[in-house]
Amino acid sequence: MTTPAAHPGPPLWLLCELTYRCPLHCVFCYNPVDFSRTGPELTSEEWQRVLREARALGAVQLGLSGGEPLVREDVETLVATAHDLGFYTNLITSGVGLNEARLQALKSAGLDHIQLSFQDSTRKMNDFLSSTRTFELKSKVAALIKKYDYPMVLNVVLHRLNIDHVEEILDMALSMQADYVELANTQYYGWALKNREQLLPSRAQLARAEAVTQRFREQHGEHMRIFFVVPDYFERRPKACMNGLGSLFLTIAPDGCALPCQAARMLPGLEFPNVRDASIGSIWYDSSAFNHFRGDAWMKEPCRSCPEKSKDFGGCRCQAYLLTGDAANADPVCELSPHHHLVTAAVARAEQPHVSEQPLVFRDHR
Amino acid sequence: MNTLAASAKPVIGRGLRLQWEPAQNAHVLLYPEGMIKLNGSAGEIMKRCDGVRTLEDITTDLERTFATTGLGADVAAFISMALQKKWLEIRL
Repeated sequence: MTTPAAHPGPPLWLLCELTYRCPLHCVFCYNPVDFSRTGPELTSEEWQRVLREARALGAVQLGLSGGEPLVREDVETLVATAHDLGFYTNLITSGVGLNEARLQALKSAGLDHIQLSFQDSTRKMNDFLSSTRTFELKSKVAALIKKYDYPMVLNVVLHRLNIDHVEEILDMALSMQADYVELANTQYYGWALKNREQLLPSRAQLARAEAVTQRFREQHGEHMRIFFVVPDYFERRPKACMNGLGSLFLTIAPDGCALPCQAARMLPGLEFPNVRDASIGSIWYDSSAFNHFRGDAWMKEPCRSCPEKSKDFGGCRCQAYLLTGDAANADPVCELSPHHHLVTAAVARAEQPHVSEQPLVFRDHR
Repeated sequence: MNTLAASAKPVIGRGLRLQWEPAQNAHVLLYPEGMIKLNGSAGEIMKRCDGVRTLEDITTDLERTFATTGLGADVAAFISMALQKKWLEIRL
């Protein structure tokens, strides 16, 4: 039995990707690989309309990200508008472009929370921890965040080339007085999928990193909480991605394209509406793109008859499409998927001491 | 856990925000990248935790508002739980 899409609740979570522009060139970025071909960015007034309409529908959590959101000079204005509307405002930034004057302005505009991500800023990517320029910049920004009475929330993307440095990363987090550290293993979309062979860690690497994390939790758990997100390639069941597309999350891309997930843009056969042409209400409730993956009528076997379908919604549509060519297939991370061998093969290749000699592709205009 | 003094003045925890959400017909507690939807009585208690009113004031006010008595133990238990979860804090 399949159930039709029930009338969805409001988009409680609004993610505004203010720009795809970014001073960094991370190899694990989930932004579209052809990001430089998207249309002009929304203006401040257009973003403010998005905020008003989404808030009127009941959106409460706002993420401002990118690219690097601070590349735009109107972040302070948008935070002020969002705060006045009653959003809880989260800035997701690399810290590049965050100085004291801007932080002061953001604070007085009502910014609630900052998540500082730690990235590689060097193109050569030798030992990213020896990159003193990055370390000094992050330390400076971390101190500023503390000074302005925000909790220090550090996000570090892990992959094969840095996962063996988890101890140094956590030492660095301690020295920055981080309150929360998220060690998030790379998810394989966009640029990261392109670089998957070089980025996917081995099981032994993963086990070592988890053991180090556990030791830090035991020693410093009272001051610093650490979240460790395992790459889903190592799981036997898929993640309940976005809690099901079109159920809670609404992403607006820099050009106004409305998406049920920030990675969904490349899903074929769906015409994602643009906020320049339609209201947030009609996009969320009426558009075919947002209704397509609601309910479970779209599912194929083995998901369709699976008792776990209401728990994980068949996993991630983007991963299903990227790996199997059909977004309606089960996420191949699931061991019940007939395509699961695609994931286990990638994991098996990661066990080899030397992966392919294909060069890393740095996120860049193309 | 220590018993909560009647003179304690609980206040919404740092970095959190309590607000009424018409779309959910509930008070919600917002925190970084997340939200807790409160039931009716939790909302009524939390909205009185302003760092000025004492536990005793809060109980008295609730009893007056809802024309009832004997709420003291329930209010204290909820506030203790909320303090433990850091939804509330006592600023010294």
